Amino acid sequence: MRPLTLAASAAAFGAIAAPAVAADLTVTVTLPQQTGAAYHRPYVALFIERPVTGQPAVPVRTLAVWYEVSNVAEGKDWLKDMRSWWRGLGRGMTLPADGISSATKAPGRHTVTIPAARLRDLPAGNYTLVVDAARELGGREAVRVPFVWGRANTARGTGSTELGAVTVAVTR
Amino acid sequence: MKKSIALIAALAALALPMSAQAHRAWLAPTSTSLSGADAWVGFDAGMSNGVFIPDHAAMRLDGLTITAPDGSTVQAENRNTARYRSTFDLHLTQQGTYRVANVMGGVMVSYKQGGEQKRWRGTEADMAANIPADATDVVATRSNSRIETFVTLGAPTVTALAATGQGIELVPVTHPNDLVAGEAATFKFVRDGQPAAGLEVTVARGGTRYRDNPEEMTVTTGADGSFTVTWPEPGMYWVNASVRTPAAGDQMASNAQYNGVVEVLP
Repeated sequence: MRPLTLAASAAAFGAIAAPAVAADLTVTVTLPQQTGAAYHRPYVALFIERPVTGQPAVPVRTLAVWYEVSNVAEGKDWLKDMRSWWRGLGRGMTLPADGISSATKAPGRHTVTIPAARLRDLPAGNYTLVVDAARELGGREAVRVPFVWGRANTARGTGSTELGAVTVAVTR
Repeated sequence: MKKSIALIAALAALALPMSAQAHRAWLAPTSTSLSGADAWVGFDAGMSNGVFIPDHAAMRLDGLTITAPDGSTVQAENRNTARYRSTFDLHLTQQGTYRVANVMGGVMVSYKQGGEQKRWRGTEADMAANIPADATDVVATRSNSRIETFVTLGAPTVTALAATGQGIELVPVTHPNDLVAGEAATFKFVRDGQPAAGLEVTVARGGTRYRDNPEEMTVTTGADGSFTVTWPEPGMYWVNASVRTPAAGDQMASNAQYNGVVEVLP
């Protein structure tokens, strides 16, 4: 069933803009060490949006959501705190979602690779990777990194409080 | 018997928001945008000069009507009336938007009988039977007051926001639970179901205790009843409009008031 859906949506997108040729999207996110007695790992959402001149960006797709998946009863109660993701995409999704949701991560560098197959229907063009992080008893921060889909390129950005370095690499 | 007691209570409540014009009526939620399988939201309802600052009078909630995302009516829980505010909880069990409104309406009649000034309040249907035949100087005014707010579990929906055709109502162009600082939001006011043109709308952000400038905004609705607000900052905002129409021909005078609360997120 799943390949059929993918093929159908790829065809639909093909009518508007040529899909990019097969490429992987690799994102690294560094979660900084936080000081303070009560540390809870942050909720983090990785998604892409498409910039539109003179208007708010259009959210396109969720790549990953790190939340307390093991807490089935209450883990989703704080998804709303990743505000830009929640408003743009999260509140319209059902979680957990295969290949997207996973447990929260410890401080350190984390790599997320989105295989070419999952982005086959994404039209080539300019996008922005958004990393939206919210931490219990901590703060919230969103880091935006513009990148190009459709050719090999790398981009980087950095946060200042809840997030460290963020890199995006499109490889062929 | 029980019904008539409820009616008397409802009629007594009618007067409150309209007679206390100097004070602002607000129904403020503890959260407006939630996630998860279910959620609880608390509400404070008061009347005071500073919006969301409970320092004057609790609001009577006899007209409280909560509409769930599927359009059904649901009940508030843990109701309490404190000195300066009324409180209650709402258990959100459906995904979507709830409208929480305290709606009151009716007719107020003043008249003279045997040289004595008298007043009667009630429903329009009961009016004829309750005004004595020998009454003189009869002045009747229809009133409608809507005090409301909105809360959403999951993605916003619009079923609960359908206009009833009574009094001043907010029709969303922008969803009232999808407001972000720096962005513009557009709504339409309708009165008795018709576009309310030329209505002066007051928009006031809470938290005035912690700043010197009240930072209120006023906008006027266009021919189609619409108005646009660009939210300068995150916060809880009070949106107010009222209108008085004098008697004309066989139409009695009427007052309508709207007091809404919306939250603007960063």
